[in-house]
Amino acid sequence: MAVVVPLAGCQAVLLSPSGDLALRQRDLIIISTLLMLIIIVPVIVLTLLFAWRYRASNQNAVYDPDWDHSTRLELLIWAAPLLIIIALGALTWVSTHKLDPFRPLDRLAADRPIPTDARPLVIDVVALDWKWLFIYPEQGIATVNEVAAPVDRPIRFHITATSVMNSFFIPAVAGQIYAMPGMETKLQAVVNQPGEFEGFSANFSGDGFNGMHFVFHGMSDDAFTQWVQQAKSGGQALGRSTYLKLAQPSENEPVARYATVAAGLFDDIVTNCVQSNPYCMGRMPSAELGQSVAANFCAAPAPQYRRTSRSANGADHVHPL
Amino acid sequence: MSDTTLPLSSGGTSEPLRFHVAEEPHPPNGTLLGFWLYLMSDCLIFACLFAAYGVLGREYAGGPTGTQVLELPTVALNTTMLLLSSITYGFAVLEMQRNRQKPMMVWLAVTGLLGAAFVALELTEFAHLIADGNGPQRSAFLSSFFALVGTHGLHVTCGIIWLIVLMVQVKQKGLILANKRRLMCLSMFWHFLDVIWVGVFSFVYLMGVLP
Amino acid sequence: MSTPSDLSTLIFGRLTLDQLPLHVPIVLATFAVVAIAGIALLGVITYYRLWGYLWREWFTSIDHKKIGIMYIVLGLVMLLRGFADALMMRAQQAISFGHSLGYLPPEHYNQIFTAHGVIMIFFVAMPLITGLMNFVMPLQIGARDVAFPFLNNFSFWMTVSGAVLVMLSLFVGEFARTGWLAYPPLSDIVASPDAGVDYYIWALQIAGVGTLLSGINLLTTIIKMRAPGMTLMRMPIFTWTALCTNVLIVAAFPVLTAVLALLALDRYVGTNFFTTVLGGNAMMYVNLIWIWGHPEVYILILPCFGIYSEVTSTFCRKRLFGYASMVYATVVITVLSYLVWLHHFFTMGSGASVNSFFGITTMIISIPTGAKIFNWLFTMYRGRIRLEVPMLWTIGFMLTFVIGGMTGVLLAVPPADFSLHNSLFLIAHFHNVIIGGVVFGLFAGINYWFPKAFGFRLDPFWGKCSFWFWLVGFWVAFMPLYQLGMMGVTRRLSHFENSSLQVWFVIAAFGAFLILLGIVSMLIQFWVSFRRREALRDVTGDPWDGRTLEWSTSSPPPQYNFAFTPLVHGQEAWWEMKRHGYRRPVTGFVPLHMPKNTGAGVILAGLSLVFGFAMIWYMWPLAAISFVALLATAIGHTFNYLRDYHLPAAEVARVEAARTALLDSHV
Repeated sequence: MAVVVPLAGCQAVLLSPSGDLALRQRDLIIISTLLMLIIIVPVIVLTLLFAWRYRASNQNAVYDPDWDHSTRLELLIWAAPLLIIIALGALTWVSTHKLDPFRPLDRLAADRPIPTDARPLVIDVVALDWKWLFIYPEQGIATVNEVAAPVDRPIRFHITATSVMNSFFIPAVAGQIYAMPGMETKLQAVVNQPGEFEGFSANFSGDGFNGMHFVFHGMSDDAFTQWVQQAKSGGQALGRSTYLKLAQPSENEPVARYATVAAGLFDDIVTNCVQSNPYCMGRMPSAELGQSVAANFCAAPAPQYRRTSRSANGADHVHPL
Repeated sequence: MSDTTLPLSSGGTSEPLRFHVAEEPHPPNGTLLGFWLYLMSDCLIFACLFAAYGVLGREYAGGPTGTQVLELPTVALNTTMLLLSSITYGFAVLEMQRNRQKPMMVWLAVTGLLGAAFVALELTEFAHLIADGNGPQRSAFLSSFFALVGTHGLHVTCGIIWLIVLMVQVKQKGLILANKRRLMCLSMFWHFLDVIWVGVFSFVYLMGVLP
Repeated sequence: MSTPSDLSTLIFGRLTLDQLPLHVPIVLATFAVVAIAGIALLGVITYYRLWGYLWREWFTSIDHKKIGIMYIVLGLVMLLRGFADALMMRAQQAISFGHSLGYLPPEHYNQIFTAHGVIMIFFVAMPLITGLMNFVMPLQIGARDVAFPFLNNFSFWMTVSGAVLVMLSLFVGEFARTGWLAYPPLSDIVASPDAGVDYYIWALQIAGVGTLLSGINLLTTIIKMRAPGMTLMRMPIFTWTALCTNVLIVAAFPVLTAVLALLALDRYVGTNFFTTVLGGNAMMYVNLIWIWGHPEVYILILPCFGIYSEVTSTFCRKRLFGYASMVYATVVITVLSYLVWLHHFFTMGSGASVNSFFGITTMIISIPTGAKIFNWLFTMYRGRIRLEVPMLWTIGFMLTFVIGGMTGVLLAVPPADFSLHNSLFLIAHFHNVIIGGVVFGLFAGINYWFPKAFGFRLDPFWGKCSFWFWLVGFWVAFMPLYQLGMMGVTRRLSHFENSSLQVWFVIAAFGAFLILLGIVSMLIQFWVSFRRREALRDVTGDPWDGRTLEWSTSSPPPQYNFAFTPLVHGQEAWWEMKRHGYRRPVTGFVPLHMPKNTGAGVILAGLSLVFGFAMIWYMWPLAAISFVALLATAIGHTFNYLRDYHLPAAEVARVEAARTALLDSHV
């Protein structure tokens, strides 16, 4: 069975992740696959068996040319997949709610509840052309193409993008979620093992897409504090003008750290108000706007207000949870 | 190869079965069904535009709202004309069924004129909006408004061109079967646009002016 | 203001000599090859004075069989282009590691994967499906032609125009670099100001008109033109699946038309449907395009399910097991295909309840699909299975497709999808179902119905070579992709840092090479079969001992299909006729009402092509002229009332007498 081969692959990060969310997603993949194999394996075996047994040259086999109906068999072939799907559907309903990326974590790992005093670490994530900006509002620092978090502390990512859509994905830690301009998605995750994990954009975003990856560091509390201190002492300041320069398209950007971050920068990015421009908060004096949108790549990154209630699929991108 | 036929299972019944028809059968003409299917697909295009308006209809982006730019009196006049044109097309079809070409042509002409007046009024409305800087580029609300109303107007324009072509053809060939079929297709098209307009009027204009 | 540059801008829009890829060696070489091959082809046609023949007998033909064959030729030609793209991608990904950047820069690679997807879906799978439906379905229902023969010809040429536009983009300007669904904001004028996305929009719009009209046409044909006695529940399964597919086409393609029109408005007029400013909402595009996109995959797979049903029952010499449940399964799939589109973007964050709703509806589709698989399985049970090429493809399909179905259901579990979305696992999954389901089905169908179309069978040896290379090649090419997906590798990358991945990509490239051998085998198969056509000749019209009406007439069928319209008494019309010792009538022929050929379809589609090209390059005067010409030609065509004629009884008698003589000489 060829599908079993990947399941046995030891380097497959999805099968041996380091974060609890990714681990539970892995379990789900395995359980669902096994459930479906209950149907798939007999079908494959029977196909090969029947093709061999009833080959035209085998005149000993029974030949029943007008047999085309059997209520019992029909019942079976509809009921068997139905039962599997009922089981899988129930599993899907429960797990989708439980593992919803917007939902605060309910545990750190199996048998390890979240300590009552734990506050999630907030990290604001911005997908730029073509690099990732991470802002730590609590620590007051920012980084490019590098992100770190202490092991076993819940993390709350707030995710947006500036110009085009990307998808924020650290396979070892948690599943992905889209990063969309003018919208804010959330991902609640935890990393359970220290180490360096690869993160990247999982949604094609243009010519610099190849270089849109970053390193996620799982660290001990002390190492994390040190890492923050390093950024604070070494880096420059991320003011609005620095940000605007950073937001210009560039490829394969090296890691950078910023010691301070302008207040409210992330919110302004989501609402496109980093600089005063016609698209912020609906202030829009010019009538020839169509042309200016087309002409000006950099000045037009996001809409005028944060979407809170309505969007294309009637869903709520700024999740209530 | 056909010598592999199986022995007859129902050997008892000896009634000979016929396996072809001797006369050339005349399958029912599919034009009206085909055209109706086309209308349904067109209806889906409008459904998408309605959906776009439903999503974007309140995204004013700091620009004017529906209450500010939609003029109900003009649109009420417009609506009346389009509804009337449907009635006059109905009269034309009645005359067609009585094979009275001349009165039918008169009703068709009246229909076309009402349609043209509808388009003219709509274009005036558009021109005003654009002149005031409220063109389709101004906001998502106006984009979806222009797309929905404009697509409907484009359909009416096509209907008018079709109507003129058909009138010429009726003049040339008379009320032959092919022309009658075409007139029925255009009739469906015209009434279909009327139905769509009722949706546009209620959904865009009446609901649009609600605060 | 009439400086020369203004004038040239007026005429040529934004098209300048720089847009010709004279500086890109790969494209230039491709162009040279295409140009030489094209000139050679045109030369051969001219040398043998075939233009008149082609124009009269093929291009302007409204015969559904010839149009079907032309669709299939188009699909196979475009398959070569689409597969060349696939090979280039596999080669790039196999070598582009670490310091080696491969041979394709991202801006070129990105065009290739976009073109590969667009071509394979719209200009390979769709034409092949439409071609088979066109050729087979009217024969299966005992009709003389489709309901709207002219429209059929027009639809075909519109599809060709779309394909020509995509091919043009290779040499004039560039194609979209956005992925095959061109999501905004990446595809809006700000992020993609070049002509690429415009090629995409106009090619799909023009071809889409053809697809939609052909859908309406075939649907009307099935509803209105079935032979007397053929009730709905007596229709062959292939016709049933064609019915459902065309329902889906009519109900899905308008959505694509609308959404691409809105994208075009954003790009051309500056509206704000999908922009990130002024209230636009790009997520609406993603939703709308998948409301078309998901039914689209069922548009492709359903007729193939029909083919497998026909093939299984014919080559097992047995009635199809569970005809009724097969029909209901098809209808259920048709309906459900509209309720699952959101599973393509669970990761947008629509909330757990919405996601699980769409996940579960997706899983429910696997129930009727599973039932179908079991029905084929039990048709094989107690049959007499002849392992001819079409049956091999069918068995290959059953073994391959179930795995693709399984990984599909896996992707429908939202939390699993959060990990697997957009990964190479996803790529492996949909190639698993599209190659293992659609492509295998199409090849089964081509091998099955080829003798009906041309009067001789396809060579089985090369057919089997093709089958084994494809089957093995598929597994070798896509199993590594499942694995890479599990390793967290995402799609659409043209370069990798981690060189431990390379071995998997090399295996995948080798698999693609095996598939290449499969395609070459198929081309050899056509050639060898043509050379050996006398040995492979089928004079009976029924080479496989078939069960449905298309096998009751000669191979190839006369232009009128059936001298007398068949009268149907059961589900397997031709099988019943054979059981009752049916004798072909040889006298009593009547004049037959037939449609007349017309060149209007070619002209209209040609003008649409010019219009599309002018719009892409902002050549406004040319666009206006071609649009007016298009309108005038269309109106002018409606003044042509003489669209049909009566084929005299004597002519029918002559054709039928020739067949009688042929059959007698081969008793």
